Amino acid sequence: MSDVTGTRPLGSGESAFDRRRRRIGTLFAWMCGLATLVGVFALGILLVDVLMDGLGRLDVAFLTSFASRFPERAGVKAALAGSVWILGLTALISFPISVAAAIYLEEYAARNWVTKTIQTNIANLAGVPSIVYGILGLALFVRGLGLQRSIISGALTLSLLIMPLIIMASQEAIRAVPRTIREAAYGLGATRWQVTATQVLPMALPGILTGTILALSRAVGETAPLIMVGAVGFVAFTPKGLTDQFTVLPLQIYNWVSRPQDEFRDLAAAGIIVLLVLLLTMNAVAIILRNRAQVRR
Amino acid sequence: MATTYDIDLGGRDPALEAVDLSVYYGETHAVQNVSLTVPQNQVVALIGPSGCGKSTLLRCFNRMNDLISSARVDGRVDFHGQNLYAPEIDPVEVRRRIGMVFQKPNPFPKSIFDNVAFGPRVNGMKVDLDALVEESLRSAALWDEVSDRLNDSAYALSGGQQQRLCIARTLAVRPEIVLMDEPASALDPIATQRIEELIYELKKDYTIVIVTHNMQQAARISDYTAFLYMGQLIEYGPTETIFTNPREERTEAYVTGRFG
Repeated sequence: MSDVTGTRPLGSGESAFDRRRRRIGTLFAWMCGLATLVGVFALGILLVDVLMDGLGRLDVAFLTSFASRFPERAGVKAALAGSVWILGLTALISFPISVAAAIYLEEYAARNWVTKTIQTNIANLAGVPSIVYGILGLALFVRGLGLQRSIISGALTLSLLIMPLIIMASQEAIRAVPRTIREAAYGLGATRWQVTATQVLPMALPGILTGTILALSRAVGETAPLIMVGAVGFVAFTPKGLTDQFTVLPLQIYNWVSRPQDEFRDLAAAGIIVLLVLLLTMNAVAIILRNRAQVRR
Repeated sequence: MATTYDIDLGGRDPALEAVDLSVYYGETHAVQNVSLTVPQNQVVALIGPSGCGKSTLLRCFNRMNDLISSARVDGRVDFHGQNLYAPEIDPVEVRRRIGMVFQKPNPFPKSIFDNVAFGPRVNGMKVDLDALVEESLRSAALWDEVSDRLNDSAYALSGGQQQRLCIARTLAVRPEIVLMDEPASALDPIATQRIEELIYELKKDYTIVIVTHNMQQAARISDYTAFLYMGQLIEYGPTETIFTNPREERTEAYVTGRFG
């Protein structure tokens, strides 16, 4: 008992138990660190490999040339334009619908079993494999609505795919607005619409935008559903309108990789670099938006 | 079961009259058949131990409980002879005319000016906003401290200043009654004293109902005190009577600090 009463100086005499728990603590920290490194390492190898193969082929001509059966003349112009078109349209379609749905679910819907069912379904939809959305898009947009194998079919399909993600991220952001702010606004005689528009949305917007951009990042990397709705691997023109045929970067990359000549693999690597730059730029925008919001609060 | 306390209003009109008011949260009967009258231009304190239903009762007076989906209110609250819970009454109008100050200062993440101007703006009040903001900040005894930095963020103010800003914000919509839910509980003693002095000043123009945990505070600032315990109104009367000569044994035990 005497060593618990505090007469013993600090650091004198460490028991076997003390040594053991200290060792376990150190081991645990190392294992967690190692697990972190696995991800970083894999990404690093991937980047180095891609950069080594692709950097040599990356130039202005690569960005401004159409696909070609001669590797030295081929470029990503059509695919880059297609990706940007798809991205823009998907954002235009999915953002307003998703945010409105999130606002409805958080601020308006009664807390009952109907809402709960909808909520559960949205969460489930976020986990549905993207090829399933592709089949749905083929049946609904390409055939059902007669939109054919066009950019708008692709954008609508990808919108379906990412809307659950944006809805859930937006709900999260809306839920994070303190209840006290809502109460203060209601207490001053604001209507539900005014509370939502003047207080809740401005505070939730950075979170909503971050979620949207991350969801769009996923959309820009999708291939499978777009193959289903008719994106093609070889397009020699940039889209002029919603009903034009199109291709996107991941599909162009896949097309090149599957060719027998080695030169096309270098082209694929260069295409991957373009895609990565697009993705990293989008993620950077998401981070900047989030940081700006934190400073303001 | 519930006793009705016919208090002497001292010739004043009633500002609010709760009649047989009950609040349920799901199965919990949080406020049980409470009847009480709030006289005009007086300060009424609601006291009682934690969980006794005093905040819930306060939130009935401007229909803030409507925002909690599990809450259900029975009974009446009369305001100018009109039941606040009548089906044709719009809770938005109720909250404009009966304002509320909350326990923790909750300014909007906007400038000081925009905080005060928010209420007049959302209510479409056709007024000179600059003058109204100044008047409201003066009434809340904050003008002298912030007049040169109205465009600064409200978050730059101290806790006590933020709470006075919240009071100014409430006054800016020109309510008739101001409800205060432990407005000084998150503040230091000096800031608390300023809020108490302010309440005394505000009594001239407003009727105030205040929830407080602090019995000295209730004794200092209120004209009437209601003691609630486990959802029931145990006793209601002039503050002096409640603190010096209560009718109920439980009231005496609570105000003398023997329980709660």
